[in-house]
Amino acid sequence: MKTIKKDKINTVLDFLIKKYQVFGPVQKDDLVVDFGRIQNGAQACLEFSNTNEPAKKLFFPQAETLFSYTGSDAAQVSELKPEKPRIIFGMRPCDAKSLSLLDAVFDGPDYKDPYYIVKRKNTTIFTLACRRPRSNCFCDSLGIGPFSKKDTDVFMADLGDRYVFEPITPGGADILNKIPGLENARPTDAERLKNLRSEAESKVARKVDLDNLPEKLARIFDHPFWDGIHQKCLGCGICTYLCPTCHCFDIVDEQKDDKGRRIRIWDSCSYPTFTLEASGHNPRATGKERMRQRLMHKFRYFVENYGEIACVGCGRCINHCPVGSDLIREIENINNLK
Amino acid sequence: MKNPYVPMPVKLKAVRLENETGDLKTFDLVFVNSGDAENFKFVCGQFAMLSINGVGEAPFGIASSPLTKEVLRFTVKKYPKGVLTTALHNLSEGSTLGLRGPLGNGFPLEKMTSKNLLVVGGGFALTTLRALTKYVLHEKNRPHYGDITLFVAARDPGEMLYKDDLAEWSKRNDIEIVQTIDKPVEDWPHKVGFAAPVLKDLAPSAQNTTAVVCGPPIMIETCIKVLAGLHFPDEEIITSLEMKMKCGIGKCGRCNIGSKYICKDGPVFTYKQLKELNSVTV
Repeated sequence: MKTIKKDKINTVLDFLIKKYQVFGPVQKDDLVVDFGRIQNGAQACLEFSNTNEPAKKLFFPQAETLFSYTGSDAAQVSELKPEKPRIIFGMRPCDAKSLSLLDAVFDGPDYKDPYYIVKRKNTTIFTLACRRPRSNCFCDSLGIGPFSKKDTDVFMADLGDRYVFEPITPGGADILNKIPGLENARPTDAERLKNLRSEAESKVARKVDLDNLPEKLARIFDHPFWDGIHQKCLGCGICTYLCPTCHCFDIVDEQKDDKGRRIRIWDSCSYPTFTLEASGHNPRATGKERMRQRLMHKFRYFVENYGEIACVGCGRCINHCPVGSDLIREIENINNLK
Repeated sequence: MKNPYVPMPVKLKAVRLENETGDLKTFDLVFVNSGDAENFKFVCGQFAMLSINGVGEAPFGIASSPLTKEVLRFTVKKYPKGVLTTALHNLSEGSTLGLRGPLGNGFPLEKMTSKNLLVVGGGFALTTLRALTKYVLHEKNRPHYGDITLFVAARDPGEMLYKDDLAEWSKRNDIEIVQTIDKPVEDWPHKVGFAAPVLKDLAPSAQNTTAVVCGPPIMIETCIKVLAGLHFPDEEIITSLEMKMKCGIGKCGRCNIGSKYICKDGPVFTYKQLKELNSVTV
């Protein structure tokens, strides 16, 4: 383990920026911290609870050009590889876990998604342990936890006066070894880290029992429960846009004069047009089918296809729902169904 | 790494109107690049994404047999609100469009060998069934299958697809063709009535027979019920499903029935599989 004084962290970033495209949490306004490109170390905001938007946008952007064309000519694909390798500095462990779930979709055994994979392969992740879980965080229930060291290359934590760095992958260790000015951790740091971890874990106040959920969902597809749960949903889709694991997208063409491009943009199962066919037929015609699809996908279908629940317990869908829908309470309601 | 989102350029070699209403056109496409033509290996029942630059992309079943190398055939229904289907119908011969595929699983032809085949098609869903019928009737393949029955339902005679093919196949003695239309029409020599009741009267034997049913959802549902009543086992009733698709490769998230994506795990499913996936409810 290595450490650096907190007031020197900018020098670490400044070093990394020379060789890498660095992305990290930046203050967007008084309230919002989000991932952005960091051009100098001072731009990073490492005092935050979590970013408003999940880290998925750095690998699966909200809008991305698949290829461009002129007239009816064949598609021209731009170089997908970033100019410099990338570092995401200060991602929370929940978002890091979401990348391993997205890997299953975009880098699975059958079709490979080059747009996602190239970004992923050219990116090193520095997670920053979460000492400030928010009131709706429940990562613990997903087996992640605010100090999880999984799904990252370098694990970082805020010790109060210093940041500690722990290499997790060989690639992470390589980068860490090259950073000048890092000091060896003190003998007491491991104990300190352990205590901070317990403290953070105790702050993850909400819990939800997911043990029997996939099996339960398999039995309640036609349950009257679905007639009620969607009633207050506006279908705004914010729960899916801000979900680190939601990966649904649309593909559309944009054209001006004879120059055009085919882009993919985030889409949402909450929208009526998501499954609306040209004929007018819509297999998920009402909010009931759409809400059921969202929950079934996360907690049952994804489990059947990839062996894991498509949720990391970040609480964003709860924090941002304009009508106060609470995923945890809905899951509890499902658990309690006869 | 192959980029699964990039279409291959294809040229529209021939286009013709398929029905009297005028909302169905059949498109014969040829690859612009010979390499693409050589690499394009598909099985009956698979589909492809057709696209027009600046307009968009949508999935369509391949209506030509894999043994027909000259052209790839698609039949497309134009919908007033269908931006791409309308643009496709406006294309003139020689136009360039894009094609991605083949996609999906296709019909389980291996498992169907040595069986009798009952092919049931309604409306313009006859497309991949045309590919299947062409394929099994090919002299190389015909000996591998037992009795073949093609049951075709259409609203009226003018809506009957692939009239040339039906006429040609009707001359053969190794396929039985049953045609039905919804309401009586003068000089119509075939059956009259909706697909399901006519199929019920026909009462095809389930003995060593695989049934393949494609059509509008209501027709699939009612015909499957008839077949189940005739003691066709659930795993011997095969259908092909459609839903809105964008990626065609199981990532964009919209065409699932339960945990299965129609684009990647289908579009061909047995009735047994559909029952396990909460039937045809999405």
